[in-house]
Amino acid sequence: MTPNRQGEFQPEELLISTIADMLDGLGHVAVGASSPIPGGAALLARARSGGSLRVSMLGSEHHNAFTNGGTELFDCAAQGRIDAFFLGGGQIDGAANINLVGIGDYPQTKVRFPGSFGSAYLYFLVPRVILFREEHTPRVLVPKVDFISAPGTSEPDVYRPGGPYALVTGRCVFTFDKARKGFSLASVHPGHTVDEVAENTGFDFDVSESVDETKPPDAATLALIRGRVADEIAETYPAFATRVFGDNASVA
Amino acid sequence: MSAPLDDLDTLVGRIPDGAKVALPPDYSGCAMAAVRTLIKRGVRDLHLVGVPSVGFQGDMLIGAGCVATLETAAVTIGEYGLAPRFTAAIKAGAIRMIDGTCPAIHAGLQAAEKGIPYMPVRGIVGSDLLEQRDDWIVGADPFGGEDGPLVLVKAITPDITLIHAPLADRHGNAWIGVRREMMVMAHAAKTTLVTFEKLYDGDLLANAEMAAGTIPALYIGALAEAENGAWPVGLFGAYPADDAHLRMYIEMAGTDDGFQTYLDDYVLDRKAAE
Repeated sequence: MTPNRQGEFQPEELLISTIADMLDGLGHVAVGASSPIPGGAALLARARSGGSLRVSMLGSEHHNAFTNGGTELFDCAAQGRIDAFFLGGGQIDGAANINLVGIGDYPQTKVRFPGSFGSAYLYFLVPRVILFREEHTPRVLVPKVDFISAPGTSEPDVYRPGGPYALVTGRCVFTFDKARKGFSLASVHPGHTVDEVAENTGFDFDVSESVDETKPPDAATLALIRGRVADEIAETYPAFATRVFGDNASVA
Repeated sequence: MSAPLDDLDTLVGRIPDGAKVALPPDYSGCAMAAVRTLIKRGVRDLHLVGVPSVGFQGDMLIGAGCVATLETAAVTIGEYGLAPRFTAAIKAGAIRMIDGTCPAIHAGLQAAEKGIPYMPVRGIVGSDLLEQRDDWIVGADPFGGEDGPLVLVKAITPDITLIHAPLADRHGNAWIGVRREMMVMAHAAKTTLVTFEKLYDGDLLANAEMAAGTIPALYIGALAEAENGAWPVGLFGAYPADDAHLRMYIEMAGTDDGFQTYLDDYVLDRKAAE
């Protein structure tokens, strides 16, 4: 097997692989609404876990073992039965506050997002919350969100075993430092630069002297993504699977 | 006493203007045929509760001017993009929005099904949602536990829960399988109206395997048969969403005129798949 050079994988495949690396070794990963890339990552991590990782994917009939309807995910999370979850944001700020509601003055916002979903709860309770937003621009990564759907950190008296672990975008990976309440640049995706990340990020973040390149998926990982993961994700996200994997989803 | 078996018009006639109506999300059991009939009738001033989010049916009802208040954790038409009529209504200030978060909506319904005034919920403290809600208050563990504040969510009692089930029987029981958010919705609401895909020949409660996933007739006000009744949204275990149609809807509903044309073609004219 030869290592993949840039251009031999799609951006979505890099993101799936990168997020999956953050899930290895966990016991139970849940995936919420409108999350095809995190869903793919969870399924990839499961595929190589040897059966030790459980995935509960909202909207799926095959990859969701809950039998108590919509409440079970939240009940599980409050009991500590969910190790990782994913949240996005129309806006995300440097303190990891996320805004899923809208831009401008609430309630008559000039831009309206879908809504907060379970963020105002799961962000507190799931130990490893991975923030994911493919669009990495100053309009998304802002100094301060217009509306806090869920705060990145809490006062010490608030019960909060959970919180932000990393922020993955289409350009880079940030990790979150709870003590400092801020992000650090962990790696930059192949073909992107630190300067470009800085230009496109509206909040301040830490940068070490040498920032790694995000590890590209190797041939075995790509085969798994294009085969089993593509098949499995297509059940819940058919439009995504067709767009990214095309016919690969059924033949690999 | 079993619930009456209506036709769709009669079933929908049981939903008065101004009713507080609980609706499930697109991946659960959406009574789309009933929603189209409701729009055609010209219902007004509904208070929708999306449990915990609402999709295509919410967007349609909002676009058709049937909704005064929307209480939900999110409005999403799955993979297909932002809900266009909801987005336009917020921008125009045309509906009163009560933004929530999924577990708080479930908890409010759970309080109602237990006949108690509120339910404590974790998290939420520090979210701007809290400032907008006079039906959520921050409290402490009355037993003296020291692991921080709890949010006390007031009970949510819908006038009507409206759902689509894969099966129902002549006794007025409706089978929902593992989609048990609809069970909680039925327990919490004053009454539940059910459309169903197929008539089950027998008694769902007499079969232990089916009974576990069955809403008993005791909670159900009336039912109506509606084959393909969730279309164009999918129905769990039965059929997937009509991808092409939902895409077309998103496209058309992007403008006022386009949405009106959609209504003319698929709702008012009833060119729908039924």
